Amino acid sequence: MRRSLALAGLGFDRGAGVLLARELRRAQPGDELEITGSARELGLHLAAWARAGGHALVEGRGGWALRFGPSTQARRRGAQRAGAPEPSSVAEHARPCWGLAARGALVEAGGQALGFRLDRAEEIWFSSAAELYRAAAAAQWDPSADIPWDAPLEHPDEVEDALVCVLTFLIENETAALLVPARFATQVHPHFREVVQLLALQAAEEARHIEVFSRRAALRRGELGLSTVGGQASLRTLVEEPDFARAALLLSVLGEGTFLNLLAFLREHAPDAASAEIMRRVAIDEARHVAFAMAHLGEHARADATLRARLAAAITQRHEALRASAGLNEEVFDALVLLAAGSFDPEAIAQGHARVQELLGQMDAGRRLRLRKLGFDEREAAELSGLHTRNFM
Amino acid sequence: MPHSIRLGAVAYDPKVVTIWDGFQAFFAAHGLAFDYVLYTNYERQVEQHFAGAFDVAWNSPLAWIETERVARARNTRASALAMRDTDCDLRSVIAVREEGPVRSLAHLAGKVVGVGAQDSPQATLIPLEHLAQHGLLAGRDFEVRRFDVLVGKHGDHVGGERLAAQALVRGEIDAACMIDGNHLAFSTDGSLPRASTRVLDRTGLFDHCNFTVLDGADAAPIARLRELLLGMRYDDAAVRPLMDLEGLKAWLPGRTSGYALLEQACDRSRWLAPFLRSMGAA
Repeated sequence: MRRSLALAGLGFDRGAGVLLARELRRAQPGDELEITGSARELGLHLAAWARAGGHALVEGRGGWALRFGPSTQARRRGAQRAGAPEPSSVAEHARPCWGLAARGALVEAGGQALGFRLDRAEEIWFSSAAELYRAAAAAQWDPSADIPWDAPLEHPDEVEDALVCVLTFLIENETAALLVPARFATQVHPHFREVVQLLALQAAEEARHIEVFSRRAALRRGELGLSTVGGQASLRTLVEEPDFARAALLLSVLGEGTFLNLLAFLREHAPDAASAEIMRRVAIDEARHVAFAMAHLGEHARADATLRARLAAAITQRHEALRASAGLNEEVFDALVLLAAGSFDPEAIAQGHARVQELLGQMDAGRRLRLRKLGFDEREAAELSGLHTRNFM
Repeated sequence: MPHSIRLGAVAYDPKVVTIWDGFQAFFAAHGLAFDYVLYTNYERQVEQHFAGAFDVAWNSPLAWIETERVARARNTRASALAMRDTDCDLRSVIAVREEGPVRSLAHLAGKVVGVGAQDSPQATLIPLEHLAQHGLLAGRDFEVRRFDVLVGKHGDHVGGERLAAQALVRGEIDAACMIDGNHLAFSTDGSLPRASTRVLDRTGLFDHCNFTVLDGADAAPIARLRELLLGMRYDDAAVRPLMDLEGLKAWLPGRTSGYALLEQACDRSRWLAPFLRSMGAA
């Protein structure tokens, strides 16, 4: 094939290379290109450009004749598509040689494979991933602008101490909830990009929660509360869980699901407007994390009859691992009672205590409901919910 | 018994290890046991080639001439086994400032000409020979400003040429010498800002590196090496990254017809004399 390229006064110092690259992309080995142009060093530069590309260049009277060399299009030979771009047609197995390529990109052969542990759709993909990501991306908020930090703090010091105790507990839990998705985000093959994006966003949301809890705790107090051995032991089992489905169940379905009730409780009994708004907004984010895990696990449980047994085993094993630990920090339990009571008046405390008992019941009911939605029967759901960590998360 | 061969090469850049490791794997996959020895400078490499430290040298054009002359003095023969397609028919240029006073070669009289490393064929020896052939002798008719980067590596490092180009743009020198490929690169990346400089003159064509062997080397593995090199295809995804790193699209049979300009430069400048003396080949 023979084509021509009129560069007029355009030289390589002003982008002639772009036009030549365009010709190169559509040329085949042996094709010829007649080049004309008047830029001063065009001939010199064409010679160097042609030599580097393995093309033959002959200078004629009115211009140059370029014959594209055998390496033309070599980069595209043997290249393969990294699947199709639409989320509806993700590959069953994302290949290591696709590496970091965009889904649907043409990947040059010969690159070093980049392996990702989670590279099979049956392990990590679910059909509503793109939809959930879009919803999450649209729901982000700004801690500086969206929390009424200047709202008055008129409650007693002891109530503030109780709040700081609970916030300390929440920060520790949210740190675990940040690390788990952040770790899995690096293990999921980028072909399943919506899942990676969801995990990244989930981690970013937990980072925001850590910030607002910390900022609220510092409003009136210079020190935070107690981090217990039992609390950290419980969270450690989440952070160290290597299986994606088991981690999703333990962290999101059960842990963050339980937190939905806790956050609603804290919003209701928040001693100030800033805390109430924090709890409201954090709960909305956490609800999306629960929805992510429910969508993923629900779809996989329907496709894989063995999954529920593996999930049940995860709960049992975590329960066994934590059997010797202390469970919920007593100070947190008492702080919740005081927050619900509003004061140390015995009658108020009794009411606060009753509200916390009520909260525990709501948490259990919520867990059972979600386990039922994943296909466990009533008895299994009740039993497994009862085995959930006493540390809430 | 499988063939085995040792290569000598100069480590002008850390990527050299990546390149020869890659070639080692490629040759091993094709039944040729290949190893390599790296040197910090070409003179040591040439010396060690004659000492029998390896079988084949990946030589700069200057190292080729050094080898060829020592071989002749010792009544033996060096030959060029293979070279890159990009080693053939290169050209250097002498660039000046667009608005400067130098409009012709004669105007360089009394001026300062920037060159690359003192042992760079393309950025020093050949351009200065070109000027000498036009009656302009370095040191007599014009001053030479060297941009010595990594002497001993025969200009394999682009640094000296870039420094000369930058000095030209800043007005610190009146002319700068560089190979055409670097002039293209500096024009494209803005090191030579548009319309700030122009090419005053171009040298004749010359060739660059080659794989050099000495008579007496074991013929069978040498032949196998050549066969494998010439058989490498840029289409082959397994070797393309190596060829990209080494800067070629195809290996060609070696030729020695493209070293005349550099030979003349060496003769005029007597650049090789100390080295040849040290090798007993003066």
